[in-house]
Amino acid sequence: MSDKAIGSDVVSAPIPVREILPWIIFGALMLLAIYFVGAEEGATSLIKGMYVHEWVHDSRHLLGFPCH
Amino acid sequence: MVRSLLIRGMLVGFVAGLLVFGFAKIFGEPQVDRAIAFETAMDDAKMKADAAKGIHDRPEPELVSRPMQASFGLLTGVMVYATAFGGLFALVFAFANGRATKLGPRAVSALLALTGFVAFYMVPNLKYPANPPSVGHPDTITIRTELYFAMMALSIAAMAVAAVLRKRLAPKLGVWEAAIISGAVYIVAVMVVAAILPPINEVPSDFPAVVLWHFRVDSAAMQIIMWAVLGLGFGALTERSFIAKGLYRPRLTPALVWR
Ligand SMILES: [Zn+2]
Repeated sequence: MSDKAIGSDVVSAPIPVREILPWIIFGALMLLAIYFVGAEEGATSLIKGMYVHEWVHDSRHLLGFPCH
Repeated sequence: MVRSLLIRGMLVGFVAGLLVFGFAKIFGEPQVDRAIAFETAMDDAKMKADAAKGIHDRPEPELVSRPMQASFGLLTGVMVYATAFGGLFALVFAFANGRATKLGPRAVSALLALTGFVAFYMVPNLKYPANPPSVGHPDTITIRTELYFAMMALSIAAMAVAAVLRKRLAPKLGVWEAAIISGAVYIVAVMVVAAILPPINEVPSDFPAVVLWHFRVDSAAMQIIMWAVLGLGFGALTERSFIAKGLYRPRLTPALVWR
């Protein structure tokens, strides 16, 4: 038995788009999470006050988002 | 299938976040502290000058203490960011794998992370670089945020167009030529965008240049760590799982690949 199989890679068939679509909602949740780290209580605000901004402040600067 | 990819992406993102946090804590935080020391010195000088003129400024109230911001605050922000990017990465991978190229899952994952780093961070930050505290006027935060997100959105859109173009051109021109041409199209597109969008320069004239340089290098390094762990870690785990499930058979048998 040879360890080597001659021939091209067998590529997995793409996942049908209709199977991926329902998961887009999770993609939107991910974007919302990134928004909270990157911009909430800065340029725009969903929650009143400055607590979220202050809490994630250092990561906001270091991750490259505009801050004060 | 998508579910397991999403969970894997978030787990790899979580691990990436821990490494990014470790790096940020050791290398990034000292720069943030130096920038805040500069800011405090500026504020004190202004307060003294105002007091001499009979104006009494009130110091800004501190909602979250500095030690808290530099530890659990930083940890929260980095972990949420990296885990969310891990999830997004998995969803884009679910779409791209078997579609964008005929490469195996590991190569698709690595290339996706590379393009993600360039489109999400590198290009937007070449136009609007990361800034430490005390660089940037509070009054311009809205326009600065809008411009940064506009640059990011256009960079991502240009990258998506380049990916489609590469796939269209590949059968006619060959894979190398198609990749070079579509890469050049991306670069020209973001250069045009960067030339049109207005510049922002709010670095105080006496801000220490070395602190700014180190801060930006550390910020870039955090992103490189995150995208490298995502691309290489997610790719390795997914390829192994695909081989085990018979979804992918590489030219070399698993025994050889995983030896
Ligand atoms: Zn700030």
